[in-house]
Amino acid sequence: MMQETKQITDKDIQSLVGNLLRAGVYISMAIVILGGVIFLFDHGSEKIDYAVFDINKVSLKTVAAIFEEVITFKGVAIVQFGLLMLIFTPIARVIMAVVSFFIEKDYLYVLIGLIVLSIIMISLSGGFAH
Amino acid sequence: MSVLIFTLIVLLGAFLAGFLGSLTGLGGGVIIIPLLTLGLGVDIHYAIGASIISVIATSTGSAAAYVKEGLTNMRIGMFLEIATTVGAILGAVIAVYLNAAYVAVIFGCILIFSSMMTLKKKVDHTTLDYSSKGAKFFKLNGSYPNQGVETPYAVKNVAGGFFMMLFAGTLSGLLGIGSGALKVIAMDNIMRLPFKVSTTTSNFMMGVTAAASAVVYLHRGQIDPGIAMPVCIGVLIGATVGAKVLVKAKTDKLKIVFAVVVTILAIQMIYKGLSGGF
Repeated sequence: MMQETKQITDKDIQSLVGNLLRAGVYISMAIVILGGVIFLFDHGSEKIDYAVFDINKVSLKTVAAIFEEVITFKGVAIVQFGLLMLIFTPIARVIMAVVSFFIEKDYLYVLIGLIVLSIIMISLSGGFAH
Repeated sequence: MSVLIFTLIVLLGAFLAGFLGSLTGLGGGVIIIPLLTLGLGVDIHYAIGASIISVIATSTGSAAAYVKEGLTNMRIGMFLEIATTVGAILGAVIAVYLNAAYVAVIFGCILIFSSMMTLKKKVDHTTLDYSSKGAKFFKLNGSYPNQGVETPYAVKNVAGGFFMMLFAGTLSGLLGIGSGALKVIAMDNIMRLPFKVSTTTSNFMMGVTAAASAVVYLHRGQIDPGIAMPVCIGVLIGATVGAKVLVKAKTDKLKIVFAVVVTILAIQMIYKGLSGGF
């Protein structure tokens, strides 16, 4: 049986995770829309060029580059920043679950969560892109 | 075509993709990719990058609701995420070396398979046989609210489900889709989960899986803000509206019509891939 004294239950984790996911989507989409409007004001009349993939066309390809550029308030940088926040949302969810499982003293799932996180972190460091 | 016109067309197309994807259960990704490549002549690399972003947006949005209702089995989700994230990165890396034509052909095949799956009658495989050692060790057995009653279920064949998820993750990373159809097979047929639990848990995993491959695509320059922006906004709004309509609408006929349309798109993708159009 569950311990009576346990303060955090699976139900609490569910509610917390649910709220985090929703907030993450709303906030990142708001940033994307803001950046999109600025982007269209600045570049709306230009011609599109997506027929052939060019690995060097997109300049904002790393987390560091996006964070550096976003303060310039260029539309493209803000959109890319919003997309990055969207990518981070499910990752933040894993971090939160790890913390919750730790408080719940379910160490097996703390380990499983950490494995998932490290897989993503290795990818985030650019290890698989080339 | 000017950027403004392109953005508006993609926004509208992505809205329709998200709307129909959520009504039929196919997901927005499998529809937006043919639309961008066949319809607007966008290179498939950009289409995949934009689609994977929309997968994160829609699955995360709906996962938020399901998790709160207690339908999602978070332990199963987290456990299988090991398989799907490894697969997703593997798929995204394979995509770098694979010719775009092959990607298009594989995409077409998966598209046909997924649309057939939406037509198939679902058979309930749930069990109360608690003999699986893996399920016990990983604490995967659970219960879910079914018409107001908390109903228990047992999980079978954990290893089989895990490997199927590795495959589903690889395809998700390779093609930029959620590959919900494969995830549900792994959980319904192999692990014997109830539908409500398998679909919601699949949704829960999709965000992390897509994030893992999205990161690889970002580094590769496949996530172009000019395309990803209208795609993710459109698909998310479309999917949200679709989910609201779904509660009232009868979707049986729609599913058949849609399966036919999707199959035609898939054949075009395969044809264009084989004839060197990509």
